[in-house]
Amino acid sequence: MSITILYFARIKEALEIDREELDFEKDISTIQQLVSFLGLRGEKWQTTLAEKSILVAVNHTVANFSTALNDDDEIAFYPPVTGG
Amino acid sequence: MIRIQEEDFDLGDEYTALKKNSRSPGAIVTFTGLVRDLDGNEKITGMTLEYYPGMTEQSLAEIISEAKQRWRLDQIKVIHRVGKLVADDQIVFVGVSSAHREEAFLACRFIMDYLKTRAQFWKKETTTSGERWVDAKSSDRDSAEKWKQ
Repeated sequence: MSITILYFARIKEALEIDREELDFEKDISTIQQLVSFLGLRGEKWQTTLAEKSILVAVNHTVANFSTALNDDDEIAFYPPVTGG
Repeated sequence: MIRIQEEDFDLGDEYTALKKNSRSPGAIVTFTGLVRDLDGNEKITGMTLEYYPGMTEQSLAEIISEAKQRWRLDQIKVIHRVGKLVADDQIVFVGVSSAHREEAFLACRFIMDYLKTRAQFWKKETTTSGERWVDAKSSDRDSAEKWKQ
């Protein structure tokens, strides 16, 4: 399965990455499983992605940690919005 | 109509376009948001605005669509600037035309309240003591929640 992950604002700076493509053979079928997988990269990833206020979108639609993942999905992690 | 851009906008031009494109507007309400120069007692020297291309436009389109379902409106225009801004710069414009003022006022306020809590924009302020991401305000969430009642 192949997915694209985008990171925005505070999350992007904390993780020092704005975008990545991930291919995995492992069984990752939900956002929660993806977050656990990314958490294996270290403490910085675990704490940032465990922030209570973090928001997630799948293919430009607001999602949650139980949302299912599919091939070619675009996932975005971002903090609460502050525009206007 | 939605525009996300780095360039500034001209209030007069936007008003003229709203008037010209509307069929028989009895009312045009416009709102312009500016970069404040103070956050509490701290001086803000600049601001950087980030957005999520594709999703932000979609979120704004959904907000406009919901406004059109709630009120009888003619034209709606939303402009949001991104990139680097300085104090007193214009950030956001919302213009609504309608046959009647009540609907235009309500829709303009609704669009701003929802934009502030649902559209994917993030502000980073530059102050005399450094840069920091702006935190979401509970007062903005409260303003948006009121439209659900």
